[in-house]
Amino acid sequence: MNQMIWVVLLPFLGSVVCLLVHRKLVFALAMAASLGTLAVAAGLVAHVWEHAGARVELGGWAAPLGIALQLDGLAALFLLLTAVVGVLVGIYAGSFFAQTSELRPMGIHFWPLWLLLWGGLNGVYLCSDAFNAYVLLEISTLAAVGLTVLSGSTASLVAGLRYLLAAMFGSLMYLLGVALLYAGTGQLDFVLLSRSLTPQVHVVTAFGLMVFGLLLKSALLPFHFWLPPAHASAPAPVSAILSALVVKASFFLLLKIWFVVFDSLSGEGPGKMPGQLLGFLGSLAVVWGSFQAVRQWRLKSLIAYSTVGQLGYLFFIFPVLSFSHSPPHEALAWGGTVFHLFSHGLAKASLFLAAGCLLRAMGTDDLHAMRDIAGRMPVITFSLGVAGVSLMGLPPSAGFVAKWMLLRAVLASGQWWWAPVIVLGGLLTAAYVFKILAYTFVPSQGDAVRLQPVSLAMTFVPLALAMLCVLIGFRADEVILLLPAVPGCEMSAGGGGGP
Amino acid sequence: MDLSMVMSTFFLYSLAAMLLVGMGIYGLLTRRHLLRKVMALNVIAGGVFLLLITTAYRNQEHFPDPVPQAMVLTGIVVAISATGFALALVRRIHQRMKDAKTDPFGEKWDRS
Repeated sequence: MNQMIWVVLLPFLGSVVCLLVHRKLVFALAMAASLGTLAVAAGLVAHVWEHAGARVELGGWAAPLGIALQLDGLAALFLLLTAVVGVLVGIYAGSFFAQTSELRPMGIHFWPLWLLLWGGLNGVYLCSDAFNAYVLLEISTLAAVGLTVLSGSTASLVAGLRYLLAAMFGSLMYLLGVALLYAGTGQLDFVLLSRSLTPQVHVVTAFGLMVFGLLLKSALLPFHFWLPPAHASAPAPVSAILSALVVKASFFLLLKIWFVVFDSLSGEGPGKMPGQLLGFLGSLAVVWGSFQAVRQWRLKSLIAYSTVGQLGYLFFIFPVLSFSHSPPHEALAWGGTVFHLFSHGLAKASLFLAAGCLLRAMGTDDLHAMRDIAGRMPVITFSLGVAGVSLMGLPPSAGFVAKWMLLRAVLASGQWWWAPVIVLGGLLTAAYVFKILAYTFVPSQGDAVRLQPVSLAMTFVPLALAMLCVLIGFRADEVILLLPAVPGCEMSAGGGGGP
Repeated sequence: MDLSMVMSTFFLYSLAAMLLVGMGIYGLLTRRHLLRKVMALNVIAGGVFLLLITTAYRNQEHFPDPVPQAMVLTGIVVAISATGFALALVRRIHQRMKDAKTDPFGEKWDRS
């Protein structure tokens, strides 16, 4: 199982190499590293599919001093999503940053930062102890902020600094929780920690701090303030990566903390009240984020607020699974959440990349200026439409499968009060998707802006992402079959007790 | 060293750590000046690191536990790089905003 190391090492190596080589070679080497990482990630998914998870202790050092990598179904799916979005965004970025002389220097900085971010994300998915998770999350954050400020405009600098301050504060609160846990148990490994926790004051405090820190980084409603400016002011490929992948990494860690580490705290996991609170904040995010998206007139701001709304759906898993320890609807809740992660990741990447094409063609992303775009840029408009259909949750897209499974999980758990929110969120999503599409069909009155040409790669990558988003809707069974290994995380933690 | 003394020293240090974290959070939330926000984050980090170092002292009575020390070392490296990056961003924003005389977080620049 040593190939597991390469999924982290390849992007890091690629990142360093891209800094060193001549600018003409950067794109080719970065694409080689990306494709290599995709191949390794696919291999890991096949391994989980055929056998089960695996665990590698780097350099033969056992926990707590060594660094262990742990592969399970959830991690494999996240690796795959990151690699698929990563390679497609890479193809788009190669063309995007070659457009004008202002964009070309940005491209040279884009590749090292993006590969660094990719390695950090893959590390977060695989790492099996609380402290290394902190370090890898920080690597991802620093690289993500670097990407946000790539354009160097004042708006992006301010958004980037706000993002950095919020993310650093979140990480430090998480680290404070880790310190409390270590002080109490002398353990850092997720599985070993989960075995040694008892409901005491410091453990509950640590739980609160870690969850708070990760909520701040995954931009759940009251903590979303940093997200829309950062995602809206970054260059298109960066917005796609930030929105599709980076916020999901801290959510992944939250799932691990909640369902692996603190699951054994009482008979029912971390309890009903925190679960209900997260569900409530998620509902607020769905309604308020989508409502704000409807009110926007800039395409990129609209898509950024849509991210705030769509992220809310991810948090229904916490109340649904908090009522009993292993409920029959567990598979539905996990399947729905993971499917939503996939469909939102692919659809949002497609939307941001399509918005980047429109911005390039029209010179603005104001919705009013999008007259007759449907006639003049049919492929882009079609991508917007298909990705929008998946966001709304219309069959047969993955978004439909996700929302349908979430709705059934919510009803099966007897918590009907979340169901209207899921439906209302879908309606509001339809409102902002149709708002975009409506303007693309307005006929021009002779005063239409002259469109700049958009390259073939930039035109078809958003379409590929949107089509993937629909196609995985037909592969729901396979995804659900990969998952049951996740929640309990039954694999032995191997070696190392406390010091 | 007897246990009660170890415990009271631990109590004292962890209290100081919590005080630092509290001061840092207060500063981060109330100060408008960007430089002060970055400093406040460093004060929080100092508090967290102090708590970890105290843990190393508490868990083993005769010689310190190396794991938290390794964690603090790594943590300091992370904090330094993040601070350096934040300062570079603050400087760039300051250069841009000097003429405009506005604070990107909504208030006047000079107010601390």
